[in-house]
Amino acid sequence: MPLILATSFAELKDIFLMQGFAGFSLFAVFLLMALGLAIIFGQMKVINMAHGEFLTVGAYVTVFLSHMVVNHAPKLLPYYFPAAIVCAFVVAFILGYIVEIGLVKYLYNRPLDTLLATWGLSMILQQACRSLFGAREDTATLPEWMMGSWSPSEGLDIPINGMFLLALAIVMVLLVYALMYRSRWGLKVRATMQNRAMAGAVGINTKRVDRVTFALGCGLAGIAGAAFTTIGSVSPSAGSLYIVDTFIVVVFGGAASLLGTVLSAFTIAQSQSILEFFLTGVLAKIFVLVGVIILLMIRPQGLIASKVRR
Amino acid sequence: MIAELEIKNLTVSFDGFKAVDDLTFSVEHEELRVVIGPNGAGKTTLLDLICGKTRPTGGSIRFKGRELSRMQENSIVRQGVGRKFQTPSVYPKLTVFENLEISFPRGRGVWGSLFFKQSEDVRERIREVARDTYLSDHLHTSAEHLSHGQKQWLEIGMVLIADPKLMLLDEPVAGMSVRERQQTADLLQRICRGRSVVVIEHDMNFVKQIAHKVTVMHQGKMLVEGSMDEIQANEKVREVYLGH
Amino acid sequence: MHTLYNRALGGRSGTVGLALLCVLLFLIFPLALDNFRLNMMSKYLSYAFVAIGLVLCWGNGGILSLGQGLFWGFGGYCMAAFLKLEAARNIAAESGSDQIRALTTVGLPDFMDWNQITSLPYIWYPFKSFSLTILLVFVVPTLLAYIIGTAMFRRRVGGVYFALITQALCWIMEISFVTRQGWTGGINGITDLRTCLGWDIRTKSAQIILYFLTCGLLIGCILIGRFILSSKLGRILVAMRDGEDRVRFSGYSVSKLKTFIFCVAAAMSALGGALFALNVGFMSPKLVTIEPSIYMVIFCAVGGRNSLIGAVYGAILVSYGKTYFSEMFPNLWYFLMGGVFILVTRFFPDGLAGAVDYLGPMLGRKLFSWIGRAQANFPAAVVPIPVEANEGR
Repeated sequence: MPLILATSFAELKDIFLMQGFAGFSLFAVFLLMALGLAIIFGQMKVINMAHGEFLTVGAYVTVFLSHMVVNHAPKLLPYYFPAAIVCAFVVAFILGYIVEIGLVKYLYNRPLDTLLATWGLSMILQQACRSLFGAREDTATLPEWMMGSWSPSEGLDIPINGMFLLALAIVMVLLVYALMYRSRWGLKVRATMQNRAMAGAVGINTKRVDRVTFALGCGLAGIAGAAFTTIGSVSPSAGSLYIVDTFIVVVFGGAASLLGTVLSAFTIAQSQSILEFFLTGVLAKIFVLVGVIILLMIRPQGLIASKVRR
Repeated sequence: MIAELEIKNLTVSFDGFKAVDDLTFSVEHEELRVVIGPNGAGKTTLLDLICGKTRPTGGSIRFKGRELSRMQENSIVRQGVGRKFQTPSVYPKLTVFENLEISFPRGRGVWGSLFFKQSEDVRERIREVARDTYLSDHLHTSAEHLSHGQKQWLEIGMVLIADPKLMLLDEPVAGMSVRERQQTADLLQRICRGRSVVVIEHDMNFVKQIAHKVTVMHQGKMLVEGSMDEIQANEKVREVYLGH
Repeated sequence: MHTLYNRALGGRSGTVGLALLCVLLFLIFPLALDNFRLNMMSKYLSYAFVAIGLVLCWGNGGILSLGQGLFWGFGGYCMAAFLKLEAARNIAAESGSDQIRALTTVGLPDFMDWNQITSLPYIWYPFKSFSLTILLVFVVPTLLAYIIGTAMFRRRVGGVYFALITQALCWIMEISFVTRQGWTGGINGITDLRTCLGWDIRTKSAQIILYFLTCGLLIGCILIGRFILSSKLGRILVAMRDGEDRVRFSGYSVSKLKTFIFCVAAAMSALGGALFALNVGFMSPKLVTIEPSIYMVIFCAVGGRNSLIGAVYGAILVSYGKTYFSEMFPNLWYFLMGGVFILVTRFFPDGLAGAVDYLGPMLGRKLFSWIGRAQANFPAAVVPIPVEANEGR
């Protein structure tokens, strides 16, 4: 009798761990998406509804590269992925840079209008992807080392791509933290966003800061896109599926706080994946969204926000 | 005399920083009180606390015996507390007349404002307040085209038209010419008949002209309280403020 | 009488703009369009109700809701539920038809039957009565708006946050309507609506009558909107949009005023949704989710977010453009629409109405000097879309 109890307990532990790890994968996707948006929306106050399309662009860059590698240099297959991440970043960065110059820079003092304009942008980008790559879903060929799963003990399978995703997310958070809060450039960004006139007066090229910051946020979405290919297939509307979630993560975390974004991505992803165990996926989603909205009413400033002297 | 405004042990802290720290003071009926103090002494925060813009962490604010510290801003206004802000906040796109009309204390509810009729007594009252605040000639000017001093007057007028029993004025003469300051001093003398007024001001000559009593704040606490002469003679005050 | 003229009609320029719209809606469209196109126009106009509501709460009150589809949808679903029950009863009466043989539970809406629901869910009971349905068309969305508004505005959730939360709510509504198939018809929605109180809404004459009904109610909403905007409440709304604190410290309850205007916008949207169900004969969750809700905002932005009449033109033009281009150039359509979004927000934040306000007087003067009456102090007579600001005093 005690023996049976012990095994079932061990099984339960494994299920719990695996379910928890599914939450971690979701957490990583949310976090990667939200990081860029936390900069663009949290710092710059631009409501970038096209953020999801930058993810799509990054994902397509990765898929494109993987096809290239498979067709022309199959030997490189195990190694191409890091390069794909860099390429996805660069392409999304350049695209973001152009968008800033062409559109966003005119709308900084009209936040609600950025929402409408970038929604238009997202329609254009989606259609452009559809015209270029077709409406069908496409998948990247993953290097072999990324597939399969790791089983530290019997009955416990942790997918390797999930671990890779999580590691990537953690690295990116640390990088963004170092860039925004530990570098001179980050200081310039924060100064510009807090007091544009004053930052300009002390010799910061605020326009350049705006351009690079926006492009950086977009580039991060591109990385999210590259990461996205490890867990799903890409379609022109792939990014738009995540946009509402991502905004909710950023808003819930407290718009200007990196730690808040991490915590909020964790909370939302874990509660969703745990609820999914008890309810259907859709119901879990509804529950989480309603919960977040209610929490936002109680605490409109989000999870982490300093009490400012007004 | 019974104090109109009674503040007891009022404290507010922002992430551990105490902007107002255990402050106790009271203002009497028809009194014109000036609050002075160096930058960051907590003067504006004090007014924010009274009018409900900031919620206190502790202590009480009683006006005519009613506790204000838990009321909504608009209910505090309806208790008869009016506030003029440091930077003049008028409605820039509306004319002086419309600015005053919006501030008129009738039709404040949803239905009231929907069916509000601009009757002769309303217009008369608006003209009267405009006269008091030296804006008669500008009734149909957009507020954004007024000079800085006139905006200050307009905001005083907007508070005045509601006939508050306690007026809170944050730096009413900032950015005014000497002549405008004189006119404002006259205005304040007239205003404080029938109501209490709390003024925050930096200009000592102006303070001398208008103050019945002066409160000096320093680092969120009250330093001293007394007549202007007493304040100027006070060693501590010299040290933190006047002596600079 | 005079004040009513000034307040609801908006003085002379307002009256002219309204008269032009009336001529267009009541004379030109019915004469120029065939029955099919006229019915399409009814569909477009049912979106115009939302746009008018958005002029009130977004253009004037500064509250951008990305969830107007929610209210429009509830209005539409309430109406559709009534029509569906009637259709189900009628099918039950024609015993022996093919349709009835396909059903296991006679008298229930077909989609319930397909979902193995054997008795009418309780929330469908009120929709047996027409008057109760009409009441619910307004009450359900308005109550919902009241709850959302009170909860948000009292907590001072506004601006961007409000927009994002309403968008999420819209999404929640869509996914819950899609999953509760047995109650709502799922992804297909409520289809195959036939008669309303025994009157076949699919006939030509019914569609024409419904078109005129839609136009009449639309004009009614414009008049209500004008009445609100020309009141003191209208001015406070604008004041609130530009600076909330001063309004609060003038003794107004900002949250109540915002909730009020949000409720008005919701009620108007709901009316539009109900008319959509009558005009088009179905209701589906695809019509109420995030994307259509943003289109509704774009109708308002294209027409001019401050202009009630402009919103109607915006809704007609964008919807027509959508139909036309998605039929003719399905690939270009998204580029074009996205471009319109960007151009309008970037260059014409006041939309068509702003452009007309700007160009109208100039053209007017040219026209009049051409006719020979150069002293044309005649700003708005040739202008279809007048300024809606504060003429009403």
